[in-house]
Amino acid sequence: MDLSTTYMGIALRNPLVASASPLSKTVDGVRRLAAGGVGAVVLYSLFEEQVRREAALNERLAAAGSESFPESLSYFPDAADVEPGPRRYLSLLERAANAVDVPVIASLNGATPGGWAGYARSMQDAGAAAIELNVYEVPGDPATSGRDVEQRHVDALSRVKDAVTVPVAVKLGPYYSSPGEMALRLDAAGADGLVLFNRFLQPDIDTEAIATTSAWELSSPAEGRLPRTWIALLHGRVEASLAATTGVEEAADVARFLLAGADVVMTTSALLRHGAAHAGVLLDGLSAWMARKRFTTVDDLRGLLAVAAGTDAAAHERAGYVGGLRDASAADYGPR
Amino acid sequence: MTRATIDGNEAAASVAYRLNEVCCIYPITPSSPMAELADEWSSRRRENVWGTVPTVVEMQSEGGAAGALHGALQGGALATTFTASQGLLLMIPNMYKIAGELTAAVMHVAARSLATQGLSIFGDHSDVMAVRQTGFAMLASASVQEAHDLALVAQAATLQTRVPFVHFFDGFRTSHELNTVALLDDDDLRALVPEALVRAHRDRALSPERPFIRGTAQNPDVYFQARETVNPFYARVPEVVQAAMTRLGERTGRPLNLVDYSGHPDAERVIVVMGSGGETARETVAALVAQGERVGVAQVRLYRPFPARELAAALPASAQRIAVLDRTKEPGSIGEPLFLDVLAALTEAHEDAGRVLPRISGGRYGLSSKEFTPGMVAGIFAELAGERPRRHFTVGITDDVAHTSLEYGASLDIEAPETVRAVFFGLGSDGTVGANKNTIKILGAQEGLHAQGYFVYDSKKSGAQTVSHLRFGPQPIRAPYLVRRASFVGCHQFSLLDDVDVLGCAAPGATLLLNCRHPPEKVWDALSLPVQEQILAKGIAVHAIDAGRVARDAGLPGRINVVLQTCFFAISGVLPREAAIASIKAAITKSYGRRGDEVVDRNHEAVDRALAGLHRIATPDRVTATRAPAPQVPANAPEFVRTVTAEMMAGRGDALPVSALPVDGTYPSGTTAFEKRNVSEVVAVWDPDLCIQCGNCSFVCPHSVIRSKYYDPARLEGAPAGFQSAPLEAPGLPDSRFTLEVYVEDCTGCGLCVEACPISAPGEDPVRKAIDLAEREPLVAAARDSIAFFETLPASDRSRVDFGTVRGTQFLEPLFEFSSACAGCGETPYIKLLSQLFGDRMMVANATGCSSIYGGNLPTTPWTTDADGRGPAWSNSLFEDNAEFGLGFRLAADGHADLARRRLAELRDAVGGDLVDAILAAPQLRESELRAQRARVAELTERLGGLDGAAVTDLLSVVHHLVRRSVWIVGGDGWAYDIGAGGLDHVLASGRNVNVLVLDTEVYSNTGGQMSKATPLGAVAKFAAAGKTVAKKDLALQAIAYGSVYVARVAMGADPQQTLEAFREAEAYDGPSLVIAYSHCIAHGIEMRNGLDQQNRAVASGYWPLLRYDPMARAAGANPFLLDSARPRIPLADYTDRELRYRSLANTDPPEAERLHGLAAEAVAQRWDLYEEMAARGAHRFPADARKER
Repeated sequence: MDLSTTYMGIALRNPLVASASPLSKTVDGVRRLAAGGVGAVVLYSLFEEQVRREAALNERLAAAGSESFPESLSYFPDAADVEPGPRRYLSLLERAANAVDVPVIASLNGATPGGWAGYARSMQDAGAAAIELNVYEVPGDPATSGRDVEQRHVDALSRVKDAVTVPVAVKLGPYYSSPGEMALRLDAAGADGLVLFNRFLQPDIDTEAIATTSAWELSSPAEGRLPRTWIALLHGRVEASLAATTGVEEAADVARFLLAGADVVMTTSALLRHGAAHAGVLLDGLSAWMARKRFTTVDDLRGLLAVAAGTDAAAHERAGYVGGLRDASAADYGPR
Repeated sequence: MTRATIDGNEAAASVAYRLNEVCCIYPITPSSPMAELADEWSSRRRENVWGTVPTVVEMQSEGGAAGALHGALQGGALATTFTASQGLLLMIPNMYKIAGELTAAVMHVAARSLATQGLSIFGDHSDVMAVRQTGFAMLASASVQEAHDLALVAQAATLQTRVPFVHFFDGFRTSHELNTVALLDDDDLRALVPEALVRAHRDRALSPERPFIRGTAQNPDVYFQARETVNPFYARVPEVVQAAMTRLGERTGRPLNLVDYSGHPDAERVIVVMGSGGETARETVAALVAQGERVGVAQVRLYRPFPARELAAALPASAQRIAVLDRTKEPGSIGEPLFLDVLAALTEAHEDAGRVLPRISGGRYGLSSKEFTPGMVAGIFAELAGERPRRHFTVGITDDVAHTSLEYGASLDIEAPETVRAVFFGLGSDGTVGANKNTIKILGAQEGLHAQGYFVYDSKKSGAQTVSHLRFGPQPIRAPYLVRRASFVGCHQFSLLDDVDVLGCAAPGATLLLNCRHPPEKVWDALSLPVQEQILAKGIAVHAIDAGRVARDAGLPGRINVVLQTCFFAISGVLPREAAIASIKAAITKSYGRRGDEVVDRNHEAVDRALAGLHRIATPDRVTATRAPAPQVPANAPEFVRTVTAEMMAGRGDALPVSALPVDGTYPSGTTAFEKRNVSEVVAVWDPDLCIQCGNCSFVCPHSVIRSKYYDPARLEGAPAGFQSAPLEAPGLPDSRFTLEVYVEDCTGCGLCVEACPISAPGEDPVRKAIDLAEREPLVAAARDSIAFFETLPASDRSRVDFGTVRGTQFLEPLFEFSSACAGCGETPYIKLLSQLFGDRMMVANATGCSSIYGGNLPTTPWTTDADGRGPAWSNSLFEDNAEFGLGFRLAADGHADLARRRLAELRDAVGGDLVDAILAAPQLRESELRAQRARVAELTERLGGLDGAAVTDLLSVVHHLVRRSVWIVGGDGWAYDIGAGGLDHVLASGRNVNVLVLDTEVYSNTGGQMSKATPLGAVAKFAAAGKTVAKKDLALQAIAYGSVYVARVAMGADPQQTLEAFREAEAYDGPSLVIAYSHCIAHGIEMRNGLDQQNRAVASGYWPLLRYDPMARAAGANPFLLDSARPRIPLADYTDRELRYRSLANTDPPEAERLHGLAAEAVAQRWDLYEEMAARGAHRFPADARKER
């Protein structure tokens, strides 16, 4: 069975990619993911804002109590508060890239124009096979216009594209007014890959403590439908590679995304739940399914259930929605 | 020539590092920065002039450093060390050896006072004078430039003569003064220290290839003669040193001589002096000569071997009166060392020449960095001009006891008018000093400008005041004394105007820059009467800015330094404004560049915003204020506090006469209570309605500002309006009231109490706790009334307090209060707890370190007394001997207790059998038992009052020993794990009933965070900049191995109850006890407010397992090893990632950080396995306590 594929022009041994997660926070973690069989690894995201915050914090902590008391004019060796983040991240990236024989993709969440470009260039220098822009952003100010947000993301991409020669993917969220148009804009701006979709952290409320809490759950297979819908729509309509993420738990989920038209399928939740070796289970399952369905290569099946180019996509969606409603009305929800 | 503005420590270390292969170091103020710089350079792989990266090794003590130095030298390495004070004393044995073996080496010493009636970290020559007899040559530098130049001369001369050198300069005054110097480059160094000398040194090394023996034991037949063999080597030294000085002078244009004379060629009166005081004398002499006086000064640079010939030759033949100044004191001597040397040298010279000896006087000056000013120099010359100048005198103090002191005119000003002088008053926390150091470097880098900076710090670790003295001008600045007439005064904290005489140093027409929150039109009205008076009298121009607001707006809350620095440049006009701003920004980029754009951007923004917020304040032509600053201490304070302590507090300690001070270093306890420092803008506030009275807040409060009492409701009569009270929540006392009083003027706002409080107001956002922080200012007035009333309530009856619970301890009066420890200190809560539990019968031996500083640094000290006048008896001996010192307390107490018991038995019939039997048989473990014994002893004392006889008198002198004394040996990890480890081990093995409390911050906190053997694997510390690669010593296991030692490891933030139990068990155990207490510290790089949470994480991750080992349990057949904490339940990283000491390595060397972290995690797991296994062992598998009758 030939599982090989390409993603943003990079040859991969299979279409399963470990997406950004705590599993890729150490070289050993990346090694385990590669040993598990994935085709590529996306490192955890470097958040520029966090880097800057930590730099400021370290500077403050290193200076605390200094120049106050004659016996202890400082409490740390001079280099103790050097800017963190990039060096730590880049070192991990460099070592990870050297440690495994699958491509290692760096993930970046910038906060400033200089940050996007500078960090991306450093990532390329450190050996990133590609860079994934994690444009995670919750426009907390309700007055922010959608167009402004979109432009920021396109600008970030352009800056990074100008700064690096390796492929650049954008991991975007589903909450644009017209995610398809956004995908096309990013495609036109030179995105080599689109990763659908980012999940947003949504705070919860603890009724006992009467306080908000951060809530973070691993994704479930049902959540895969949203990205699948858009991948099916975008397949064949953009030049960029399409990566599916969210909701991959079993081999069938991988197959579903490939059928919808994804070039690669990313997973974090399943690997976090079951360990890095679970990639092998998914790939074995995919091979078995392909054998059963008489597919010999991934290309054979990719996009079979995509919305064909030339179809009135809106009508297709509407039809799907109406059909869905009809099914929902007819379903038996139990006693009324 | 490269110029740089550096301090004396860096000046010396720069040369020493480049000319050595091995640096054996140990931290001690004020020399530590030399060692730190060497370590830092070495960790950055900086090479010496021969291409080798010197090895820097931190030892366990200066004694160890000297031993390693000796060995390295015998091994043929070029080796050095840096030290001061007691550290130098610890090196003396090796110094004799090194010199006796004619071993080339240089020790660089930042000369400092010795601990005598009190410790002092400041500068004088007491330490170096104590090694003048060791055989080391001694070379004295008088300035930062000389510290640089003579470091090289010393190294060159030692290799040529084989005589080892002490190169010294004045601690703080030179070691910490920033001055613009011309740097020696590597070629200069190589030119004076040719490689042939290095090879000759190597050739003298021990080697099995050509073996010989060195270090023999010698007998009466030859020792004497052998001792005399070295004479020719010493005879050569002056000539060689002079040649090196001359050579260096030729290269640099800075000629120096063994003895440098300056002044009138036919001077009649001459001062002989050594060290930085010589600079003051030289400048003053120049000024006096210009006025026509025939005076001069001889600056001695080579002190050993004493350059008798050169001195005689340097002095003009016209000299009739000579004053020799010593910066040390040798009680009982006919005179101090330099005086005696000069006297002997000139006597010989004049006798040989057949001339009449001038009249030679000896004077002491400048002890412990006491100022030595032009006025004092002039005063000495005035004395010499008298008919019969005093043979012996002091200058700079008022000696109204032995009447040694000279009068002098303090106001003499000899400084060049073009030298700009500025003084800045700030707090340690506000960055004033850092900004001024920056300013000095900016100015010193300007072509044609020279700059000097010197910084005075107070002795507090929280709320410390700083005074920065800056000079700059076209001439090199040789003024090693504080600025007395400043043309610019910056007051960076408005409140300081009321605390110290800020404008006392302002020259007429000076400029005052005030940081204040008041709008410009309100500034004048906010000033006190004396401040307004000085402004008008001196014609001072006032400028003001709300720097706090500007800093906040720039996103740098609390960091006012950049704002005020910008204003200084703008107002003072020392540089063109645009150039100044550009320089400040460039300096910011340089200083903070590697800390990230964010930090740089915010600071740049602060610069830009500063000028817009600066206002010139209009001053009316008359004083309008009626407000005078509050008195330093209340009128009802004890006389000593009012007349002596208060003067020190007000910064007028220099004016106290000799008679005001105790003769033997004995000071009254409990004086911090009189110093209301108001150091924090926010303080703790109590919500009686929310509070569940658990006592957690009071338990963890580092400064003992949270007090609890319960009382009869009737006591509330007369309570002031704001007095808070709640029903007591305690079984058995249904009708009592409870008050938790916050001493708001003593609170440092650290927030530990808030973190410890378990109760939040439901639904409030932000979260509000039952104890929370609020702005201080609006609370102060009411709090004063409230505290005054609270203090009228009786202290809780100790015999009714439940000592066994955290809740109960809040009712025990702390006898350690309001110390100057850092806000949020992790050590002091433990000390406070000791004082609450055992304070009224406790003796404390305190190792030098943080706890001896916040525990015993004048002007005010925190150990205090209870209502009966009893309280901890505290003393600090040294750093290295604390365990032995405490054991001595025990031996004395045991001896006197035995004596008391014997005498009591002898007097049984006279006193009464029942009472005597009861006293002798009394158990004294529980508080109730101790109370009962106290009552019996009181009764006994009364009965003895009616009796006569030697035995009665004898018994009365020791009768208080019949109440069991609690001896505590307290110190940090630097003491327990390193310098005092041998003594501690011995004392633990002594079997004696002493209690040891190790406040384990895992670094030398007091000297600024250097590695100790308690520093954990993977943490970064000074001397371990690349991360510590050896695991922390398990001191608990070492002590457990004896079988007779009670051992506990505690962390208050993780389990306060376990801490409490361990303290009580340790104290009750009749044998040695060791309690190792996790003490979070500012040197961990944490938000101090989270200190308790970090303690909890340390325990939860298994890094700091809580345990108790009780030999009594073994004796009873039970397992003595009790593991008090649960299995590790969070990853180690959840603890370590929150501390900069760990995090920083992950930033600088990520792979190494990961490697060390992995090993550390492994070590945690291994140790946990071992402890679990021990906790499951049978008693018989632990060693027995073999002491008899236990």
